Amino acid sequence: MGLTHKSTGRVLRESAESVTRVSDDEIIIALAGNPNVGKSTLFNELTGMHQHTGNWSGKTVEYAEGVCRYRGEKIRIIDLPGTYSLNPHSAEEAVAREFICSPVPDCVAVICDATCLERNLILVLQTIKEAKAVIVCVNLMDEARKKGIHIDTKRLSESLGVPVVGMSARSRCGISEVLELFLSSKKLNNCKKDFGDGNYAEIAERICRECVTRESQKREQRDRRIDRILTGKLTGFPIMFFLLALIFWITIVGANYPSELLSSFFFYIQELLLRFTVYIGAPEWLTSLLVLGIWRTLAWVVAVMLPPMAIFFPLFTLLEDLGYLPRVAFNLDRCFKRCDACGKQALTMCMGFGCNAAGVVGCRIIDSKRERLIAMLTNVFVPCNGRFPTIIALISIFFVTVSGTAGSLLSALILSAVIIFGILLTFIVSKLLSLTLLRGTPSSFTLELPPYRAPQVGKVILRSILDRTLYVLGRAAAVAAPAGLIIWLFANIEVGGITLLRHCTDFLDPFASLMGLDGVILFAFILALPANEIVIPIILMAYSSSGALIDYSGLSELGELLRANGWNSLTALCVIIFMLCHFPCSTTLMTIKKESGSIGWTILAAILPTLVGIILCMTVSAIARILG
Amino acid sequence: MIKYIHLNELETGQRANVVSVGGEAAMRQRFEDLGIVRGTEILCVMKSPLGDPVAYLIRGALIAIRREDSANILAELCLEAQDGTHA
Repeated sequence: MGLTHKSTGRVLRESAESVTRVSDDEIIIALAGNPNVGKSTLFNELTGMHQHTGNWSGKTVEYAEGVCRYRGEKIRIIDLPGTYSLNPHSAEEAVAREFICSPVPDCVAVICDATCLERNLILVLQTIKEAKAVIVCVNLMDEARKKGIHIDTKRLSESLGVPVVGMSARSRCGISEVLELFLSSKKLNNCKKDFGDGNYAEIAERICRECVTRESQKREQRDRRIDRILTGKLTGFPIMFFLLALIFWITIVGANYPSELLSSFFFYIQELLLRFTVYIGAPEWLTSLLVLGIWRTLAWVVAVMLPPMAIFFPLFTLLEDLGYLPRVAFNLDRCFKRCDACGKQALTMCMGFGCNAAGVVGCRIIDSKRERLIAMLTNVFVPCNGRFPTIIALISIFFVTVSGTAGSLLSALILSAVIIFGILLTFIVSKLLSLTLLRGTPSSFTLELPPYRAPQVGKVILRSILDRTLYVLGRAAAVAAPAGLIIWLFANIEVGGITLLRHCTDFLDPFASLMGLDGVILFAFILALPANEIVIPIILMAYSSSGALIDYSGLSELGELLRANGWNSLTALCVIIFMLCHFPCSTTLMTIKKESGSIGWTILAAILPTLVGIILCMTVSAIARILG
Repeated sequence: MIKYIHLNELETGQRANVVSVGGEAAMRQRFEDLGIVRGTEILCVMKSPLGDPVAYLIRGALIAIRREDSANILAELCLEAQDGTHA
């Protein structure tokens, strides 16, 4: 979800043409399969690379490539997008088909879900028709056994005329058989068996009658009971809200302690740095640049942003692993339909919590171009992980006066309200777009609701905390530190006796005060275009340079500094609103440019939320002024 | 007695066998990819909280379809007596 592919170290390719054979010795295997069959899990197990696996359609939207060595042979594995068929009516299907039909892969391994083999066989049959050689891997055999489904893989192999392996990628069962088959894939021959009359669905049904036996429907009944609660008429929406608030509450409570620890750690290092620079006799400007510019920005991003992210993500991933997110899309689809949009937009919004750029890429799961553009343009109304920790900080400083459990509960509720406000804005703006620029009727919509699966709690928590931490630290070093340098220069280079920063903020001040902000805040938002994480550090630096120098070592000091510079709860409210609705970060904008292929839509994607933010902030501050 | 209905009229818990799939070509293709063809048995499993879309059990997978899309599928209702007594 939130992880961009880059941060997980996967090699991505844009089109099949870029995958070519390097030597004749290497074996090239393409992994194909329906969405949600554990294709990515198998890919990870084989190549040992970390990748975030998910439960919804079209999770793997780009090529991913990995190398695995087995018995001295080099096997290159290409993970194709999850598709239901090879009929190229979506971008992913076209990509998959192009590669399967090309001469590059020695063999196509079609991964099937044993719990609904019949549907999966349609893709298998299509692939057998097109590919040079085919291996069928029936995954989730253990799940199927629990559901009382037995699959006769030998008989299936006879019926299909290609090798079939039963396996469970999660528990590494059957992996070595798969690898053995890969090794012999150059010798495999696709005899293109004649399956007799009928379309693929009918053939699949016939084959399944021979090879699959079902015992009981216990698990299915259990799933239906869970569904009756999670998607129930009366319970569906309250549970969604409750889970959202619960996750935020755990995040806020859990983040407090590590955040304080990290703060004091960074403060301690800052002291050391200061002493060190004095010791080596560095000039004052250098000390100020290093410590107040670079170090402090870095410290803010790590201490305040990292803990909430490292807690929020594992929790969200657990929900995803359970199979709950497609149910959210199921529950909310009606609302999206009212806005002439696609229910899968709920899934791309969930991805947006992690990173709006990832959310925009995720919009590829939406087939209709019109609905995809709506989802892309409105994704920014979901606060990404660069923004919601700041919102949490402002809420706890300005709106929560009680401490302890009551305080954290209140913070979680306010944050949930902010998120729901963002969701409402998404609906309103989506509707406005479909009434004006993106007119049209909703296209057909099908969404698979996968069976509930017990999440691998330990693995999920460990992996996502690790991934998140590395991601944030990497970003802190790559973006926050250089940005700190630039901001410091802005704040310290003087033109006509006034700093550059002051020139800019004074210029923006009149307009900003109409919005209930001040020039510094608005300028901070503009400077933070590369990464929303650094809005508050910029504000801090601007305020510090104008006299009131306070050492930042915790949220309460931050609150004091902000209040000393004229902030009140109205300012905080306007900042939160503008944090929710303003131009997306530069990475997201570039992604929108790439995905939409149009500068026009990209500019709109920047202007639209900014306009909404300006209007909302002005309205709120005007109302506050009238009320006194 | 044979009763023909459109899939969107199927009530929760009822089963039907697909007779024909209409609508736009792209949609028909999408339905076929999911295994919805003549003769496919479909069980209406549950409605979403706002009544639309509806989730159907199709070839072992649970698929949510919007009402105006499922209206394109004509099916033959399986009568109560058949339910459970026959395979």
